[in-house]
Amino acid sequence: MATRPALRPTHEDELADIITDAARDGTPLMLAAGGTKSAIGAETAARAIDLTGFSGVVDYDPAELVLTVRAGTRLTDVEALVCEQGQMLAFEPFDHGPIFGIPVGLATIGGVIAAGVAGSQRLSSGGARDHLLGFRAVSGRGEPFVAGAKVVKNVTGYDLPKLATGSWGRLFAMTELTLKVLPRPREWVTLVLHGLDPARATAAMAAALGCPADVAAAAHIPAMLRSGPSLTAFRLQGFGPSVAARKTMLTARLASFGELVALDADDGTIWGDLASLRLLPVGRPLWRVNAPPSRGPEIAAAVEALGGDWLFDWAGGLVWIACDATPCLIREAAIQAGGHAMLIRASAAMRADTPAFHPLAPAISSLEARLRRAFDPSGVFETGRF
Amino acid sequence: MTLRMPEPDAATLARRDEIVAALRAIVPGEGVIDDPAALRPYETDGLTAYRQTPLVVVLPETTEQVSAILAWCHAHNVKVVPRGSGTSLSGGALPLADAVLLGLSKFNRVLDIDYADRLAVVQPGVTNLAVTRAVEDAGFYYAPDPSSQIACSIGGNVAENSGGVHCLKYGLTTNNVLGAEIVLMDGEVIRVGGRQLDPPGLDLIGIVVGSEGLLGVVTEVTVRILPKPETARALLIGFPTVESAGQCVADTIGAGIIPAGMEMMDALAVQAAEAFVGVGYPLDVAALLIVELDGVAAECDHLLDEVAGIARVNGAVSLRISQSEEERVAFWAGRKAAFPAVGRIAPDYYCMDGTIPRRRLPDVLERMEALSRQYGLGVANVFHAGDGNLHPLILYDANVPGELDRAEAFGNDILRLCVEVGGVLTGEHGVGVEKRDLMPEMFSETDLKYQQRVKCAFDPDLLLNPGKVFPQLHRCAELGRMHVHRGQLPFAELPRF
Repeated sequence: MATRPALRPTHEDELADIITDAARDGTPLMLAAGGTKSAIGAETAARAIDLTGFSGVVDYDPAELVLTVRAGTRLTDVEALVCEQGQMLAFEPFDHGPIFGIPVGLATIGGVIAAGVAGSQRLSSGGARDHLLGFRAVSGRGEPFVAGAKVVKNVTGYDLPKLATGSWGRLFAMTELTLKVLPRPREWVTLVLHGLDPARATAAMAAALGCPADVAAAAHIPAMLRSGPSLTAFRLQGFGPSVAARKTMLTARLASFGELVALDADDGTIWGDLASLRLLPVGRPLWRVNAPPSRGPEIAAAVEALGGDWLFDWAGGLVWIACDATPCLIREAAIQAGGHAMLIRASAAMRADTPAFHPLAPAISSLEARLRRAFDPSGVFETGRF
Repeated sequence: MTLRMPEPDAATLARRDEIVAALRAIVPGEGVIDDPAALRPYETDGLTAYRQTPLVVVLPETTEQVSAILAWCHAHNVKVVPRGSGTSLSGGALPLADAVLLGLSKFNRVLDIDYADRLAVVQPGVTNLAVTRAVEDAGFYYAPDPSSQIACSIGGNVAENSGGVHCLKYGLTTNNVLGAEIVLMDGEVIRVGGRQLDPPGLDLIGIVVGSEGLLGVVTEVTVRILPKPETARALLIGFPTVESAGQCVADTIGAGIIPAGMEMMDALAVQAAEAFVGVGYPLDVAALLIVELDGVAAECDHLLDEVAGIARVNGAVSLRISQSEEERVAFWAGRKAAFPAVGRIAPDYYCMDGTIPRRRLPDVLERMEALSRQYGLGVANVFHAGDGNLHPLILYDANVPGELDRAEAFGNDILRLCVEVGGVLTGEHGVGVEKRDLMPEMFSETDLKYQQRVKCAFDPDLLLNPGKVFPQLHRCAELGRMHVHRGQLPFAELPRF
């Protein structure tokens, strides 16, 4: 719907001027970069600000485990850079492009942080929130400011990086991010159990996570999404001798659930499938439900009763759902299981009627509004998208 | 005692009887303390150089009572200082003469343990160690382990975002907390986070953790628990220079190893610790490194070899590997006793807490040595080497006139040095009152105003724990000012403070 071309500032001063002017004129601004998540939330007439002009590495010292990079840098570039040094972004961020039929590779690190995107390894290594150490940003007042720091351990002042992660462009425009990076595991193995129902699969994943086998990721793909029995997958990673010992430990621990089989490296695409969600039918609204892992089976049962498809990541704590049912029924299923549901992909008409974010309790909602006003007093980042 | 606290409000002091009566109406019996002798134990926290008798102490037992207390204080414009176990090293729980001290010590129950979802729901007065004790029979533990874990409370850990020796691998409190029940200053009870990994909106639990009791009073906490590693073993490595020890740390991380703990002590700290506990630390080294590895036995064996090899390449002059759990504990005994051990070689010591990029360690230690000569005060160093968190212990004698002030000035110079080399004022102890006036060293006035605006979103009347964290108190209305164009606010329909 945005009729004017996006503004593409390349300097913080320029960005600050744009925001100041827009705030004064009452022109709402939508922050964007790779555009891979632009179809999340309602369509908006807000003026788009393209932040891809803030690109490039500012500082990277692998031994300090700290990387400072401009927010519009492509995720693929960041990952290639740290990979070269034997390191990784441990929250396993992924590109939302494929979910929306957009080519792989456009996602930026700023978009990943602003949306709090974390992959399968979030279960063991923490989310985007746990790896953002500091940032530079321009507020809704058009003022540049900094928060956090460029060292891995810091408690000086409020932890504003936590608010930044998952803020979806509603607080300030981030221009530079300082991230914690970690050593990349030397070896990986994916082990699977076949044929478990959702309840047994969740129990197996809880047993695995409850033993010292240091499981990095655990997911479950039901039979209806495969041409075969259901798959419950566990990823072990680390140093070779350790992975081998933990494989033995996990096999013994899960013996009552069936035979734990190692996938060939070529078959190890399951983790990529979980990021692209290509196993779920593309024609239906896509939901992301976050709930306590043990409640996953309840959500799965509710979704199946509504005729939808689902799969589990995060040992059952993250349920991806493709379902045509009325939004309130999906949200009700999430609430009943002690969780919340975000609408990720839907038609423009549905997105116009259904807020992407799960509705908040009134007290939380007004606190959030006060926090948004703290950084954006005139509401220049209130685009109507959320 | 160079720091000044806000001037007590005479009107509040004059209303003390009325305030005590109001609190008694909410918390009956012995839960309200106003007897001067009984108030004495509350006059300080772990930053003992600062003392102040509180106006009154209230020890509620229920969230409803906390809510009623805060609502009354809010309605009557009375300040409140929350307190857990009072172990803060930065004065976070330092009372104010004109404020109610709200103690959470009676919130001491473990409410729920859920092994399937790997979490525990506890009240804020439960000690850090008690969480581990509650789940250890099932093979679990709570990872953050500040040195004061036997006494410090989970509520205090949330307020301060406490760390410990294992946080390079396992994270600080913020990485191990899922949710909390919080009472805002106006008495409203809210729940942030939950029992799932991600929150539904903004990460409110993330901003509450580490907010030093300025945003709300935590009345319930949901923490993640982890399966206890199968094995833990440690190396005790002596180096002839600080540089070689530092290089060993960098090379270990460079080899892709994140040890469970990696601690460094300088010669003075090693000698004091050995004299105190006698665990066999080498006394002829410039730096001693304790590297702990945990996981399955095969992983420990493999990594012990790797780290030992890296240590030898870097010129280690002594190297021991723990062969039993007793020996591992003995390696740690000296480090864990380092503070009291240093306390034996000087009448008083002042513990600092800056973080630096690790590569700057030799330079920072050299300049600290120069400052030590300049101020005429000794300094011993213990150091969370993996994450660059320094704990210089400044030796002084409070009975010598001027020495405390000199120790504080020395400490401030150390923290300025940390910021100058790219580090921060505090890695895990918090700002509190101690580092409050140094905040402008690290943040511009603009940066600080954004932090204060967060405070205003939670507590617009600035009644909760005032005088901490922020060097200058701006009224929220002043911070909320915005450009008004032609007499009209843009987006006039939006809610504002």
